[in-house]
Formats: sequence, C-alpha cells, structure tokens
Amino acid sequence: MTLHINQVTKRFGGHLAVDKLSLTIPEKSMFGFLGANGAGKTTTFRMMLGLLDASEGKITWNGQSIGYHNSNNVGYLPEERGLYPKMKVKNQIIYLARLRGMDKKEAEKELIYWLDRFKVPEYENKRVEELSKGNQQKIQFIAAILHKPELIILDEPFSGLDPVNVELLKDAVRDIQQRGATIIFSSHRMEHVEELCESLCIIHKGKPIVDGGLREIKRSFGKKNLLIDADFDLTYLHSFPDVVKMKKRMDGVELQIKNEEVSQAILREISGKGFIRQFSLEEPSLNDIFIEKVGASFE
Amino acid sequence: MIFLSRKWVLLLNRFGLILAKTYGEKFKSKAFLITTIIFALSIIVGTNFQTIMDSFGSDDGESGSGEGWTVAVYDEEGSVAAALEQQIHIVNQNITIENSDKELEELERQVEAGEYDALLTVSLQDSGKISANYLSESLSTNGNSADLQLSLQTIQSNLAAAKLNLSADELATLNMPVAFEQSSFLETAKSEEELNEARGLVYIMIFVIYMSVLIYSLMIATEVATEKSSRVMEILVSSVPPIQQIFAKIVGIGLLGLTQLAFWAITGFISIRFSRDSLEGGIYSLFDFSANSIETISFGIIFFLLGYFLFATLAAFLGSLVSRTEDIQQMMMPVNLLIIAGAMLAFYGLADPEANFITITSYIPFFSPLVMFTRVGMLNIPLWEPMVAIALTLAAIFIIGWFGAKVYRGGVLMYGNSSSFKDMKKALILSKKEK
Repeated sequence: MTLHINQVTKRFGGHLAVDKLSLTIPEKSMFGFLGANGAGKTTTFRMMLGLLDASEGKITWNGQSIGYHNSNNVGYLPEERGLYPKMKVKNQIIYLARLRGMDKKEAEKELIYWLDRFKVPEYENKRVEELSKGNQQKIQFIAAILHKPELIILDEPFSGLDPVNVELLKDAVRDIQQRGATIIFSSHRMEHVEELCESLCIIHKGKPIVDGGLREIKRSFGKKNLLIDADFDLTYLHSFPDVVKMKKRMDGVELQIKNEEVSQAILREISGKGFIRQFSLEEPSLNDIFIEKVGASFE
Repeated sequence: MIFLSRKWVLLLNRFGLILAKTYGEKFKSKAFLITTIIFALSIIVGTNFQTIMDSFGSDDGESGSGEGWTVAVYDEEGSVAAALEQQIHIVNQNITIENSDKELEELERQVEAGEYDALLTVSLQDSGKISANYLSESLSTNGNSADLQLSLQTIQSNLAAAKLNLSADELATLNMPVAFEQSSFLETAKSEEELNEARGLVYIMIFVIYMSVLIYSLMIATEVATEKSSRVMEILVSSVPPIQQIFAKIVGIGLLGLTQLAFWAITGFISIRFSRDSLEGGIYSLFDFSANSIETISFGIIFFLLGYFLFATLAAFLGSLVSRTEDIQQMMMPVNLLIIAGAMLAFYGLADPEANFITITSYIPFFSPLVMFTRVGMLNIPLWEPMVAIALTLAAIFIIGWFGAKVYRGGVLMYGNSSSFKDMKKALILSKKEK
C-alpha cells in the first residue's frame, strides 16, 4: 500500500506547476507536505486523487492508479472547504459517506462517535451555514475520514482552528494513523508537521528541495541553534567565525552555527565575561530549515 | 466477471444516491411546493373560467353583453321599423326595438339620460336604399350595432327583391349561403377539421415542453453551480465520475418535473370533470381531444424527454463553468434564446406547418423537439421523419454529454470571475488526458 510518485510533471499551458517530483510514501505513515503558497501542493494532491492527470510521470498506490475504482478507500479534505450550506450536518455527512461506499447505518453510528469526540454532538441537525468556520472545518474533517479510508489526503487541516481544536484534530489524526491509514497532509505550520510526521517533503516551485525522514533531515541540515542568555552584551558574537545568523532575544541571542563544535569555541569565548543564565545547543527547527531552503531559492 | 459486476453495483449505487438526493431535496423545498400549488390553483381557475365569469356577470344587466338592450327607433315613414322589429328578433333576441313617434330631440335626450341604450334613425330613400344613424352612449363594440346593420341589410335586400317581383323561391336562392369546403393536393395535409382538432392539443404540448425545458434546465444549472460555489464539488468529483453526476442530476430533476406535470395533469382532469362549465363551445372547442390525439400525445412525451435531456445536459455543463450562482443567468442566456427560438418556430408552425424553414429546422437538434413535434401533430408526415429527428437529437445529447463531462471535470476545479467561452477551453485543458 505504498504511494509512489514517480517523476511527475504537471504543466498548465506554459506554466510548470510540478516539476519531476518523485516521492515514496510508505504504508501507514504520516507524511508532511510543505511548501510556500503556490508551490504546487494542491496540484500534487489533485493528481494523487486522479482529479488532474499528470503531464508526465505516474502516481501509483499499491501498484494501481488512483481513480473512481478505488475512491472508496480514499479520503480527501480539500483546501477550499466545501459542504452544502443548506443541508443538515447529518444528512450531508451520511450522503457523502454513502457516495464513498459506506453503509447508511454504519455511517450514522460513526457520525455520532465523531461528533461526540469533537464535542459538537448538538450540530447533528443543524445546517452547515449556521456553524462557525472552525466548526464547519471539524465537520469537513469528519466527511473526509468517516468512511475509514486507507489513504487520507488532508490539505491544510489545521488552518483556521483555535489551539484547543487543533489538539482535538491532532489526536484524531494520530488515532486514525494508528488504526492503519496512510495520511498525507500539508500545512504552513511547521510545528504541526514536526510533531506529527515521521517523514516529510518540502517542495518549492514544483520541485522537492528537502525530502526524507524528519530526523535525517534535521541531522543532514548540519547547522545547530545555540541559545545564550547572559547579563552582558552578546551581539558581538555576530562576527564570530562560523556563526551563520544571529537573532536577538529578550535576555540574549539565538545563534545559528555551522556545526556543534562551534558552540564549544563560543563557550570558551564568553566564559568569565559575566553571568551566563542559559547556554543550550538545540536541533534546528523545521521552521529554520524551511526558511533557509525556501528563502534561499527566493534570493 | 465478479469484479465487473461489483463495479456496476457501485456505479448504480452512486447514481441512485445522487438521483435520490437531487429529487428529495427539491421535492421537499418550499419553493417547489409553492410553485406546484399556485399553478394547480390557476389550472382549477382556468378550467372553471366560465362558471366564475358567469357568477360575476349575472347581476349586472346594464352593460352585460346584449342583455335587455333597448333601442329606440326613429322612423319618419314607419315602413322600416316594423320589418326591423321582426328581423332583429331572428338575429339577436336580446335587442328590443321600440318604434317611437316622439320628437328626435326628445329621444336623443332620453338616450343620454339612459332610458334607452341606443337610438337608431332610419329612413328609406326612393332608390330603395336604407340609411341609418346609430347613436349610443359609448361606441363599445358589443356587436349590437353590427346586428342592427345586418338586419337592415336583409330588409333592404327583401325590399329590392319585392320591387323586382321575385318569387319566394327566387328570394331564397338569392340569400343562400355558398357551400365552401377546403381540401388540398398535398397528401401530408390534414383536413381542416382535423387541423383544428390537432392545433389545440399541439398548442398545449408545445407550451408544456417549452416551459418545462426552460424551468428545469435552469434548475439543473443552478444545482450544479451551487455545488460548485459551495465548493462541495471537489469532494463530489473525487468520489463520483462527472458523467454519472450529470446524468443522475438530470434524471432526478426530470423525475421531479414529471411528478409536477403529473400532479397538474391530474388536477386539470379532476377539475374538468367536476367543472360546471359546458365542455362544448368556448375555449374547449380548441381542445377537442380525440382521433389522432393518442399518437400526438405519445410523440409529445418523446419530444418532451428529448428536449429536456438535450437542454438539461447543456445546462449542466454550462453550470459547471460559473463560479457563482449569480452568473448563471448570463451563462444560460444563449440556451434560453435557443429554447425561445424553437418555441417561436413551433408557434409559427402551428399556423403554417408546411413552410420550408419549418421543415428544415425540424431536423436541427435544438429545435426539433418543438418544431418536429409541431409537424408530427399538424401534418400526416411519414414515420421516418420524426425518427430521423429523434436519432439526431439523441446523437446531440450524447455528444454534449460526452463533451460536457470533460468540461465539467475541469470546470469544477476552476474558479474565476469571468464565465466565458475562454473558460471552456481552459476547463478542457485542465481535464485533458495527457499521454
């Protein structure tokens, strides 16, 4: 049940949306798909679903292309949320689940479970247009996963949700993965991806620029973050050898250094100069990597 | 084999679901119920029209159509007035003649005061010519003055005949009406009697086809555009193939339309049954269903379905091109014009079904549901002619359906302000299978 994306290119007229993208998403994994706005994420998702045909290359899931013959096993949360505004939540979710081959009785049972889990059981008989945007999103999520698909594609599942609901949704996503589904999702929020995904891919202008397991990506990035809080001025470290970047903090600085060894040189440099409250070497965040990789190609 | 049959079960399941949803949602909507009831009420009113009019008309005799219409006649010689009194009795019994010997001015005053409804001054000249002057409060044409004129004309003829010493038989010959009957060399032509019979039925059916195609195709376009504007379409189109969605919707709305028409037909039938109106004369002489009506109704149903499917398919794919429901009217404009043009041709065809351009347009798919139906109803054309039109229309439905499904798949992923034919090209590119 592995999803293979093999040398996929998509052109819209003269515009190149996706450029020779190759990815392998293992079965039952949680895969993060990152990219700036307009990087080609939604186009790739639509190609995965068979809504768009690739200009070149092939996408297969378990050796088969994805299309209407196996759409019962696929769940999709589109980036542009869409439900029938005038239809009641219950009727609508059951209708959509049945279109994906689910039994009516089972769909009703599952719906009650999910509405309870998302703490909105009272919405069952409300019309979608009466709900707030965040609550509509929960309903949209339920619509994507109710029929227990094996492959779930979530385009920006957490956007527009408050922190409490983000947690509810994250838990749900984790549970569904543990049940055995393969989940691919895109997000702008790096911390969500860091928290949930084992592997990820950052695409930029249709090309993958980072791809692999989260741990390996961080390790191969090489650079580390060094946090120093001290009672004296640290800004002169800016010109210290092998310091890539410096950001001022409330009580000190955050440095990006070329490798771990640099930290020891800095420690030797500043020791004895005054009171040091904090000195910690940290892994680079995905945010740093994203900005570095995507930002670099902007320049 | 097992895989194939499972696939078909899946297909039918989804088709049925969309059909049931389309039908059920619309059927339960308030707008649908209200339209259906209002139109049913107007059918009841229409079929009881004469009863209702009579109940209004009975108590106002003054201006009523000729009831107790009293005419004062001023005739100096007195020779015409007596004959007129007899003659008018034959022509119109509602007119009472009062031969008055009062002064002319006095009579005029009385007419003005409303004591008489009209004043007729007659005089017989030496040449045998009758001259008359009709004076009434208003010049409203209720036919009374014409009846008076007709009567005077007869009196004048009789007087002239008497002068010539004609016998009663000779006089009868003179007044005999011409035996005038119409027939035609064209074997396709129906007799005048048949034509009148057919015209009423064809008229009703053209109207029904025209109205329902117009209304239900707009309903389809709205349905599609609503799904698109609410963006639920992306989920739908990833679950169910567009062609299935389109046809499930079309069949769903079609069944809804048939439900509505059946309800109206039953209302009309019951209402006519219980109506106190006489079924002879009046508007009913137009709608005398008999002889050929079974054939005409059958063709009517066939052409109704064809017209509906053709325009509904067109509407569905045009609906997929707009992003907002507000843009539908604009997009449907050319479609509506086609339907209206077809109806105008058909109504022209009612009067002159043999016209060349009617024959030609009856084979053009967008017009044939209405125009070919008119020809079938009004003429005795060989069976192959409607069959060819049916085949051509079916072909057009399949081509539009096939092409529409392609545009639909791309169109629903496309959101923009404009809704032009450039978009159609873009939509096609989006959904193109690139090898």
